[in-house]
Amino acid sequence: MTAALAIVGAGPAGMAAATLAAELGIETVLVDEQAAPGGQIYRAVERAPPNSPLGPDYVAGRDLATALRGSRAEYRPNTTLWHIDPDGTLYLESDGRTETLMAQRILLATGAFERPVPIPGWTLPGVMGAGAAQILLKSADLVPEGRAILAGQGPLLYLLAAQLASAGAPPVALLETTPIENYLAAAQQLDGLWPGRQMLSKGCGLIFAVRRAGISVLRGVRGLRAIGGRSLERVAWDGGELAADHLFLHEGIIPNVQVSLALQLRHDWDESQLCWRPALDPWGQTSLPNIAIAGDGGGIAGAEVAALSGRLAALDAAAKLGHIGEAERDRRAEPIRAALDRARALRPFLDRLYRPAPSVLVPGDDEVIACRCEEVSVGRIRRAARLGAPGPNQLKAFTRCGMGPCQGRICGPIVSAVMADVLGKPIAEIGTYRPRAPFKPITVGALAELDG
Amino acid sequence: MFRRRPDSNPATITVTVEGRTVPVPAGASAAAAVLIAGFSSIRETPVEGRERGPYCMMGICFDCLAEIDGVPNRQSCMVEARPGMRIRRQIRARQIEFGKG
Repeated sequence: MTAALAIVGAGPAGMAAATLAAELGIETVLVDEQAAPGGQIYRAVERAPPNSPLGPDYVAGRDLATALRGSRAEYRPNTTLWHIDPDGTLYLESDGRTETLMAQRILLATGAFERPVPIPGWTLPGVMGAGAAQILLKSADLVPEGRAILAGQGPLLYLLAAQLASAGAPPVALLETTPIENYLAAAQQLDGLWPGRQMLSKGCGLIFAVRRAGISVLRGVRGLRAIGGRSLERVAWDGGELAADHLFLHEGIIPNVQVSLALQLRHDWDESQLCWRPALDPWGQTSLPNIAIAGDGGGIAGAEVAALSGRLAALDAAAKLGHIGEAERDRRAEPIRAALDRARALRPFLDRLYRPAPSVLVPGDDEVIACRCEEVSVGRIRRAARLGAPGPNQLKAFTRCGMGPCQGRICGPIVSAVMADVLGKPIAEIGTYRPRAPFKPITVGALAELDG
Repeated sequence: MFRRRPDSNPATITVTVEGRTVPVPAGASAAAAVLIAGFSSIRETPVEGRERGPYCMMGICFDCLAEIDGVPNRQSCMVEARPGMRIRRQIRARQIEFGKG
């Protein structure tokens, strides 16, 4: 199969990019691992009732899905990307069958995932990401049964608390880990408040909704830990403890750079968002000429920015593929860039306010599991770093850390931060894993089909 | 444990989890079906044999690896439940069975 433009990921960036690219006359194929468009933010949005407990911002995502469905872009759900050759060949797996897609240009819109929150006990059944609880609500109308505690910080944590309350399952407590000094530092970033006032007022609305629902909010929580035998029984912190059946953790989201790292695109350490991000030009162009990135995979900025950046990437693809001239690309980009400026205005404030505490990046307790797959503790990473493992890729050979099925997606950020701490170097210098294909496990049978 | 939101969409399909019949909402993943069935853990780790439940529910953490319709090591959070689907928890490392397929 061939395409002029292959887009990976059907979240807001991928949906918007595919819709506009097809409209500009580009032969576009959009592949996505899920059964329906929406990504995580708008997961299952086509099935949401108008009065969904998830709220109007979620339901609004349906417009992007409807536009995609109405476009000439070929949308391929239930399709997993497991390798890309730099020449533009995508290796896909769908329902146990493998095929290749040869594309002149590739747009990666693989989004973000929740920053790992390595606290003691985070591997106990019953401890999940806050995003996981939200996905269960979006995709299957499920709410946690029993005593749920939300812990961490950031807009999504408050959003989830409000959504669970409105779905009839309010959490018993929200433990906010925002360090007190963050409030002072964020107060230096007030420039964005006025242009970002709409988003700011939504955030304040969420905080009030959480209060109205009677959820008790504790601020300045430190020393968070999950305690239990075979599964979660209690959540404790410095100065308190609560019985719990569920603990939902959230310390913000980070770009999903698994594919872009595997492609060895240039990445930089982003000190303001504390994550790796691919180096992009203002159109989303990466360091490889035929590959661009749009959405949160290029840096965390939210769904609205993701859709806008998807449109910019589509315009640039149209120019590079000869469908429109550069002058037209620039002209059509103007209103998009103006909207981007507005949508990004509040970000520096949010990044500073919700900057994770140092103990989130580097757990103080050596017993904490860093690599959930191979069950490698923080202490073992420290020892291997002291023994002379110079970087995360060599540390794998010392400890098997990062060699399990998740291929370092979860432990990658922890390993880089712990090694930086032990060796007294900045994370930018330590680097991160270089993931390899297959990006997702495939059966030997599916692999063998390639030859046929 | 998870339960359905009180006024949720009534569309339901039936799967089996560990041999037990479980009604689940249409659109639920296999991992969600295991949680609805009342299990908090979905697998035991290959290294230390510890119980694990799904953590991310979006295909990142691989802590929901389970056996679906006889195929082990599936990311159960990424597989949508279908009528009659057979889901089993995965205990320690998967077994290779020779002479099949």
